[in-house]
Amino acid sequence: MATADWNPLGDVYLRKTELYSMGWADIVDLNKFVAVASCQYGGPIALLRDDAQTARVQVSTKPVITTYTAAGYQIGQMRWNSGQIVKMGWTVTEDLLCVQDDGVVLVYDFFLNFKRTFGLGQEAKDVKVIDCQIFNSFQGTGIAILTSTFRIFIINSVDDPRIRRLAEVPGLQTEPSSWTIINLDRQSRALVAKGKELYLIDHGGQFQYQSPQISAEVNEYVMMSVSYSNKYLAMFTDSGVIWIGSSDLQKCYCEFNTKSPQCPQQLAWCGSGAVVAMWDKIMLVVGPDKDWIKFQFDSPVHLTQEDDGLRIIQNYQHEFLHKVPDVTEKIFKIGSMEPGAMLYEANREFMKGSQKADEYVRMIKDKLDIAVDQCIQASGHELEPTKQKQLLRAASFGKCFLTDYNPQAFVDMCQMLRVLNQVRNHAIGIPLTYTQLEKLTTTVLIDRLVLRKFFAYAIKISQYLKIPEAEGSSRILAHWACYKVKQKNQDDEVIARAIAQKLGDTPGVSYSEVANEALECGREELAIRLLDYEPRAAHQVPLLMKMHKDQIALSKAIESGDTDLVYTVLLRLKESMTQGDFLMSIRSMPISYSLFLQYCRQQNPKLLEDLYYQEDNFIEEGNCKVMRSFIDERLDDRTETLNQAIKCYQKGRHDFVIKQTEDQIKLLKYQRRLEEEFNRPYMDLSLHQTIYRLTVENNFKVSEQLRKEFKIPDRRYWWIKIQALAEAGEWVELDKFSRNKKPPVGMEAFVEVCAKHHNVNEAMKYMSRVSPEQKVRCLVKVGNKKAAADTAFENRNEEELNFVLSKCGHSDRQLVESIKSMKQQLGLKR
Amino acid sequence: MAGSTTNFPNVQRIRDMVRNDLASLLDSFKGKKDLVLDTELMKPLDRVAGATMLKQRNLLKQRHVDKIFKLDPTQKSIHGCEQRVYLVRPQMTTMKVIADHVNSDRSSNIKREYRIIMVPRKLHVCEMILEHEGVMGYITIHELQMDLIPLDRDILSLELPQFFRSFYLDSDHTWIQTIAKSLINIQALCGIIPNVYGIGKGSKMVNDLMKNILGEKLSGPDYSKCDIGNLILIDRDIDFVTPLCSQLTYEGLLDDTFGISCGYIEFGKDVTGKDQSTKLLLSSEDQIFDEVRNRHFSNVFEYLSSKAKSLQTEFDQRHGLESVGDTKDFVATKLRGLKAQKAALSHHIGACEVILGKKTKGEFEEYLQTEHSLLEGTALRENMTFIEELINKQSSMIQTLKLLCLLSLTLDGIPARDYKSLKKQYCQSHGFEQMLTFYNLSKLGMITDQELTTIQPATSLGKVTSSMAAMTKHSSFKSLCRRLALIPKTDDINLKSPTDMSYVFSGAYSPLSCKLVEQALTRETFIGMEEITKHLPGGVFAEVNAKQSKGKMPSSLPPSSKVVLVYFLGGCTYSEISALRFLGRLKGYRFLVATTSIITGTSLLEQVVEKPPI
Repeated sequence: MATADWNPLGDVYLRKTELYSMGWADIVDLNKFVAVASCQYGGPIALLRDDAQTARVQVSTKPVITTYTAAGYQIGQMRWNSGQIVKMGWTVTEDLLCVQDDGVVLVYDFFLNFKRTFGLGQEAKDVKVIDCQIFNSFQGTGIAILTSTFRIFIINSVDDPRIRRLAEVPGLQTEPSSWTIINLDRQSRALVAKGKELYLIDHGGQFQYQSPQISAEVNEYVMMSVSYSNKYLAMFTDSGVIWIGSSDLQKCYCEFNTKSPQCPQQLAWCGSGAVVAMWDKIMLVVGPDKDWIKFQFDSPVHLTQEDDGLRIIQNYQHEFLHKVPDVTEKIFKIGSMEPGAMLYEANREFMKGSQKADEYVRMIKDKLDIAVDQCIQASGHELEPTKQKQLLRAASFGKCFLTDYNPQAFVDMCQMLRVLNQVRNHAIGIPLTYTQLEKLTTTVLIDRLVLRKFFAYAIKISQYLKIPEAEGSSRILAHWACYKVKQKNQDDEVIARAIAQKLGDTPGVSYSEVANEALECGREELAIRLLDYEPRAAHQVPLLMKMHKDQIALSKAIESGDTDLVYTVLLRLKESMTQGDFLMSIRSMPISYSLFLQYCRQQNPKLLEDLYYQEDNFIEEGNCKVMRSFIDERLDDRTETLNQAIKCYQKGRHDFVIKQTEDQIKLLKYQRRLEEEFNRPYMDLSLHQTIYRLTVENNFKVSEQLRKEFKIPDRRYWWIKIQALAEAGEWVELDKFSRNKKPPVGMEAFVEVCAKHHNVNEAMKYMSRVSPEQKVRCLVKVGNKKAAADTAFENRNEEELNFVLSKCGHSDRQLVESIKSMKQQLGLKR
Repeated sequence: MAGSTTNFPNVQRIRDMVRNDLASLLDSFKGKKDLVLDTELMKPLDRVAGATMLKQRNLLKQRHVDKIFKLDPTQKSIHGCEQRVYLVRPQMTTMKVIADHVNSDRSSNIKREYRIIMVPRKLHVCEMILEHEGVMGYITIHELQMDLIPLDRDILSLELPQFFRSFYLDSDHTWIQTIAKSLINIQALCGIIPNVYGIGKGSKMVNDLMKNILGEKLSGPDYSKCDIGNLILIDRDIDFVTPLCSQLTYEGLLDDTFGISCGYIEFGKDVTGKDQSTKLLLSSEDQIFDEVRNRHFSNVFEYLSSKAKSLQTEFDQRHGLESVGDTKDFVATKLRGLKAQKAALSHHIGACEVILGKKTKGEFEEYLQTEHSLLEGTALRENMTFIEELINKQSSMIQTLKLLCLLSLTLDGIPARDYKSLKKQYCQSHGFEQMLTFYNLSKLGMITDQELTTIQPATSLGKVTSSMAAMTKHSSFKSLCRRLALIPKTDDINLKSPTDMSYVFSGAYSPLSCKLVEQALTRETFIGMEEITKHLPGGVFAEVNAKQSKGKMPSSLPPSSKVVLVYFLGGCTYSEISALRFLGRLKGYRFLVATTSIITGTSLLEQVVEKPPI
């Protein structure tokens, strides 16, 4: 019978089903543990054993904390070495919180690896914490502590521990008889019972006196419990009455007299439909309408509130108490005529091969779609795969009669159930219900699997659910790799290779993140190896620099081709090392070296010289000095710098350059002298220009002197002089000069300069002395094409005639004609 | 050029992208703002956005920018409103100028918000300098990835002339990443390019880096949707000869004579005949220019005059117009176009005259003759005398240097004795600091000492004889010439309707770079070219992922395989672009040219020449 384990509570039913038979059976006796904490959403269980407190004889052993999966398999154990634990609890992200009496909170993962710690303020530290509550706030998991001065402090999120002090309860001299945290309207407030008075206090310094409707005589509220949804509140009074109402205390649903003078050990909500009170081995379930059920256990139990029920953890069993969901009730309730129930029956008959199936289907013909929906939904609420199958089969059977039914819901349910059944498995031990999974979402479930190191499962599930790679499998792989690097017993090389093999080049996996993790575990070598697989140098370099592997960072930066990265490393190196070491270390890398040179060239020319000096690159060093000499203003400084340059060149035996530099010094000195003498600027002119200038200025004597001093070749000197004289318009002087001796540049040079300065008359004067071969060209230069043509004709030179012809433009039609006739004549004569 | 543009990548998309990026970046700074522009960026920005666009109001009725200033390194402070945006190249000197501005504002208690947009990316060093100067706290830094700027429908340029010096001379790899990123950008628009060829060390670096960055983003490239079939990366240092030759195509001559910057040319009084100078945008939009740009100069004037005549006849139509309607039609439709053409034509004719005036002077002809005979490797002594004469006459410093470089490059170095004497004379003419220029040139391998470069087994022998022997020996340039037939055998190259690439240099020489492009494309590999590639410094590589239909392969390859992106690292000349366009017409390729900047021999050498600091 499907309804065999249903217990009626008023007009609803409660069902208690076994989730697991505990793996810790015969090992763990809950009696012996001073604290039990179980995480919501099928999370792990932490047990604190303190022999010093429980043993009859005085022992000095330290307390032990053990964590188990929901199926009772041990996952972690540690000896507690810190202070007195007031409270243990889990965060929503499955971290274990241990709150000490000095207000220090230690955070562990569920393998009991220490994660971090934080304090709850100076006051808590000074006066000690006497009680603590861990609650779900709107920001995550919160902690509330009660100090020995009866003040309450809360933090709303353990990830961002900002301590808020709640208002003082007026006239509170003794420890409150009970208190709890209520989360409503995005605000956490504490409900504190001072005897029979109730106060709601908040962090804004406000307190409100509360007076709930209650008919029974109350001296004290000794226990209170808020439902998972924070909407309902249950309180237990000293007179044995359970008051059930809304958490704002405005409504009272019922007062139930248990007639028990003894306060229950645990008071909890089963979903939001019933309150459960636990006395030793007796469990009383009270509905809002004073209906009740009593359960008897043979061992102590621990209760964990869930959104949709209550988990009961015992020595041998792990059970789940929940209200039978409406849809399940509709199908399985005896005598139910709901479409779902009919369809379920129909399918059963169909399986038996009975024709009754048809009758049942006919009965619900119009409501078949509702029936299918009901069966699908109901299957989700079943924990037993066989029952799930029956319901799904019924749904599938019903579907056959529907033509336009969207199968998506069915497919989704099948997928979800498959996932749920997997994670509920003993080996994994996450007893999630369908309702819980919907709230938790599959992404979080995958995260939880990853946290439990079920990487393969996580990947399979994410692939099965077709979660995109970037947020699914590659994320998991990255987590796996991070976990892998923490395995200290394995060789770096092996791990690096294993990781590289698995990760390959999966998109979205960052090797640098894994390497960072390795680095945080203190495994530098491994980190470096892993970074080798990172394709993006931009990610490698910062990490390498963090490890102070600056040399490797530098070569990686160079590999990347990103000069910016190279600079980043270089400049950091420069700061962290002595200059000598730095220069030595970058020498071996030409790219970084030249980049640094480039930087120096613009930023620090002095350093550039030093670099070349160190390199024995004498010529570059000398060149730097030469460049620098141009900046020096005083002549002495300039010659000094140039002399230094000469020394450099000498070291490199660049004789030619030495000579040039010496000449330059000499020239500079001359120019200075000339400047003083003639009061005209000569500095920074070239030798040629200096002589030219002097000649133009009629200083023939000095220019002659310079000519001798610098051994200027004749041809050059002549050219300078001719050009300079022409420019100065010293035609007489020019003529005189031409008669001086046979000009080494030829007479045509004179013609040329005259032509350049448009002095045709002067040019013609020299024409007679121009050698016959050059005459035609010279005449053309002067612009006398006619004469040129005639000369060419006289020379009987056809080539020259052609040359003149090529110079003729449109305006010279006559000449063209005459040249043509000349050519003809020449041709005839031959 | 007139073919359909269906599969040819539309480079204007790149411009639109940058323009949008800039607009949205500027709009993200709320409120009034002034813009301070790096002088280097003014022309490129003009091509991309233009001052009018910057001053336009956006959708929110807000002006993109209020005032526009020019960043002047000598100015210690500038006025303006509370928010100032600097749009600059990430250079250390620029950062110092900005820091000066901020500090001077601080000291006179002016509060402003400063933003620096670095183009094309921000550099760590710049941030460091700002930090050193203590102004980092007042400045926010942004990036604008404006890399390749479309200068024409087949020319893209980074406008980074400093790349040549920083990469080849100072081995600074900073801009390699920018080049790689620009290629990635193109490929994001046009699809992954299946075939990549590279010549030179920079090319290899760019390709490696590009794969490195792309590898992060995608795996298993999809070659099916590519607009560009081939990418050829060429380092400038494998071919210095080509840019050093005097350009003889119309566009090349314009660049050599007037200087084209970012597609703009400025004609002075001598061209326009007016007092003001005119700025003209040269592009294929200008029909007349499009027709003559690639022509050898000797054929330009002819075309222009015939065009002038036909324009005149069209103009004359107006006299024959009979009805009012016809006249109206003529004025409405034709007149405007004709007038524009007329204006353009007059500019081009004016420019031609100026060029003609300069080039037909005796000096230039002799110069050109020497240049060509250097390329041919004949009359060595005469050439040297000519160069010496140029030095002695103190003619143009750069022109002389160009010949010196050509002399060295064609000979594999200048014989030691001549080298020393030429160097000495050059320094005497142009100043002592030219010593350093020669050092730079030797570092680049543009002018070398033959004794040092050629490894002579018998150096103990008389130096004179050995250097003479080296002169007659085949230099690597010679063997490249022979194997690639760079110097045409026949003297008569038809310059009017050319059949050989060498027409761009009057038939004296085919650009080595373009010949290598041709080789790579036809062979699809460098294997078997060892005799050629061994002369190219930096090595070669080829990654061919989609072979062109040769035999077995079905001809299902997309037409894009005929589209070739040629990327010049270190700049290219207009002559090379013309040669590539010619090659495209000849072999059915469509070339898209990308370059770090458009250079001439002069601008190339100016990068290397040392100037004494002021």
